[in-house]
Amino acid sequence: MKYNSVFDIIGPVMVGPSSSHTAGAARIGKAARNLFGKQPTWAKIHLYESFAKTYRGHGTDFALVGGLLGMETDDPQMSKALELAKKNGLEIEFIEDSASANHPNTVRMIIGDGKEQQELMGISIGGGKVEITELNGFELRLSGNHPAILIMHNDRFGAIASVTKILAKYELNIGHMEVNRKDVGKEALMVIEVDQNVEDHILQELEAADHIISIAKIVS
Amino acid sequence: MFRTVAELVEMANTENIPISEVMIRQEMDVKEKTREEVFSEMEKNLVVMENAIEDALKGVQSVTGLTGGDAVKVQKYMKEKTPLSGNLMMDAVSKAMGTNEVNAAMGIICATPTAGSAGCVPGTLFAVKEQLNPTREEMVRYLFTSGAFGFVVANNAFISGAAGGCQAEVGSAGAMASAAIVEMAGGTPEQSAQAFAMTLKNMLGLVCDPVAGLVEVPCVKRNAGGSSLAIVSADLALAGVESRIPCDEVIGAMYRIGKQMPSSLRETGEGGLADTPTGRFLKEKIFGVSV
Repeated sequence: MKYNSVFDIIGPVMVGPSSSHTAGAARIGKAARNLFGKQPTWAKIHLYESFAKTYRGHGTDFALVGGLLGMETDDPQMSKALELAKKNGLEIEFIEDSASANHPNTVRMIIGDGKEQQELMGISIGGGKVEITELNGFELRLSGNHPAILIMHNDRFGAIASVTKILAKYELNIGHMEVNRKDVGKEALMVIEVDQNVEDHILQELEAADHIISIAKIVS
Repeated sequence: MFRTVAELVEMANTENIPISEVMIRQEMDVKEKTREEVFSEMEKNLVVMENAIEDALKGVQSVTGLTGGDAVKVQKYMKEKTPLSGNLMMDAVSKAMGTNEVNAAMGIICATPTAGSAGCVPGTLFAVKEQLNPTREEMVRYLFTSGAFGFVVANNAFISGAAGGCQAEVGSAGAMASAAIVEMAGGTPEQSAQAFAMTLKNMLGLVCDPVAGLVEVPCVKRNAGGSSLAIVSADLALAGVESRIPCDEVIGAMYRIGKQMPSSLRETGEGGLADTPTGRFLKEKIFGVSV
């Protein structure tokens, strides 16, 4: 089911004015930052459909940027996020995209810092709940409501087993898991939603496992 | 896990517990949390609602100046005159609009189920409270009952205006509130479901047409509509009036209507009230662009 908690319905506590266009946008921005692992220095933000048409009135712009700066939905500084970004050396460009999207509240965030670049597609499905639907060309489904780990790996025998073995050793329960690859034997992505937070030493152990390229953690 | 209102009511009846208790137990189960943890998390939301209403009754104004101050106006009217629809009704309306005035002013609120519809549940709660004198626990339970019904709508239809129009937002919020009022007033789980159905039926087809794309006009006053309808439906259900169309089928109808709604009437700010001469004028005035 799309929603599994009463707090998806009664909540979140947030800075107004719109749960999907403000709170949801902030959560997508925060997920993008967490996946990138650090604060980017630039962001190109493509907005689609309802997001594109009403983003200024709904504060979608400052909320997405607030999220990129690491803010929670109820951060009282949220409405000043655009100015704060400038101060923190984060350059922002908004693009109202006329292409159609599968969901009315869709955003594509391309962010980078001179060395690395990341492209993410997110949707805000209502009441502040969001999903990350694409990451660097990989399709995925990530609610953002649970801690999750994203693991880039080589599409080889045993890559998945080496990861799940470590999770089992630390008694981490997997709530949702997806594996995607671009082509047989090439780069692939594992998305694992877990019930508990994953500690850093476990991440290091995972990163050293067979066929693993890189790891990112999302804290819910 | 319950998927439909019918299942929710059945679970409450089988165990002989209120709807709020079904929701609390499910949350404890899903999140592997204790009753105290789940309860105190919800109580925090209650405090946010209480604070938002308090701010609203001192008077707030949005940045654009389109909304604010109406909650105060209604409270003053209640003191000076005798409202035709009664004090409880106008108190709910005032507190529901007030919550949304705080939201429009970018204050802190609790989404129930969304920000644009955040007034109906707390507005009715803090008005009905004056007559029913609930304990703090019963007030928190009000939110769990609202949440249980919203949970079914969110999983079977939608709760956002962008996805299903205002019927999905204020329609759901008002209906959730009516179900919770019934439980607080001592009605049965079945009567909660009836109240929910009757409110949502009267909200079917309502479009999401925010002027200038802002959560202000008509959102603030739609919360007045949603909260007043919530009280009327709760009274009807408590009187034994029943919806001829079962609750889950009303939710199904809401879903299909939302699917048939053109995108211009789903939070794009392109149709309905947004596309009136005054709506277009306001947008141009606020953003300085022609439409």
